[in-house]
Amino acid sequence: MSDGGARWAHLDGANWRQELAGGVRMELPILLGVVPFGLVYGVLGLQAGLPAWAVIAMSSLLFAGSSQVVFAQLWGAQVPVAVIGGTVGVVNLRHMLYSASVAQFLTGLPLRWKMLLAYLLTDEAYAAAIGRLMLGPVNPMRHWFLFGTGFTLWLGWQLSTVAGVLIGATIPSGWALDFSIALTFIALLVPALRRRSEFVAAAVAASVALLAQGMPHKLWIMAAALAGMLAGMACRRFDGSKHA
Amino acid sequence: MNDDLWLLLVIVACGLATFALRLSFIVGGAQFKPGRRMQTVLGYVPPAVLAALIAPEIFVRQGHIVFGLDNPRLLAGAVAVAVAFFTRSVLATITCGLLALWVVQRLF
Repeated sequence: MSDGGARWAHLDGANWRQELAGGVRMELPILLGVVPFGLVYGVLGLQAGLPAWAVIAMSSLLFAGSSQVVFAQLWGAQVPVAVIGGTVGVVNLRHMLYSASVAQFLTGLPLRWKMLLAYLLTDEAYAAAIGRLMLGPVNPMRHWFLFGTGFTLWLGWQLSTVAGVLIGATIPSGWALDFSIALTFIALLVPALRRRSEFVAAAVAASVALLAQGMPHKLWIMAAALAGMLAGMACRRFDGSKHA
Repeated sequence: MNDDLWLLLVIVACGLATFALRLSFIVGGAQFKPGRRMQTVLGYVPPAVLAALIAPEIFVRQGHIVFGLDNPRLLAGAVAVAVAFFTRSVLATITCGLLALWVVQRLF
């Protein structure tokens, strides 16, 4: 989303294949950060005491990386099931924000498309597609772009999870592969900061995320996200003449 | 109940809840037509959520917030931010960030 609408001009009047290819191309480099995270999750899941089938099945049934790590850790610690469910729900609450953000671009689609795209709506698929959806041409086939980012991420996540279960334990911990998820988010965040108010939103969200770490059930994620959004909104007038 | 079956049911329940969150506005949103103001707020979802997810990964080590230069992830994260800013390349950012972390870990 760095270069405004010009970056997406080639998708003006694109057919579904071009949109799909655009989404896949956008997501592929992100897999460099997601695959190591899948490996790490595979190892953590087994270490927490989950059977291999559950570690792998969770990647398609739940399909939300950080909440899968949380699930494995809480299950391993024999936390009551209601607490596990509640915590997973809160960790994934941010997906409602993604849902609200993309809904306006998917209004005319049949229900099966909406369900498919909702299932595939992850951090990395959303962040990779939202620039094209917000700034690119209004094209009846643009949902294929979101499908392209979502499905590419899904496939990479499934394969890396299986690999993590099979060979993950042979990876030295000194490689610090768990850092790859932070790096992936940095690679998605920095080019998306175009205006001062977006920078403020990010800074406030990061600060609140650190200050609110003590909140139960990982509520700090939503607290930080909402604080950042409100701060960005409040600082809009410092953005100069550009309006989005 | 069989332990494996119970585990599967809990995973499915968590999966359905997550799916419902993702589906909420996409389907319920037939009536959800965000006004101009709401659209502007939603425009801040990417920077706010991504920054919220990044900060603890970098600053929280073993349950404590570490701001000092003795935190290798802080230095590596700074390298990644700089690379992302100048190259806007996802591949370069992840590669340089990981390499930087490995170098810093060796040095200290």
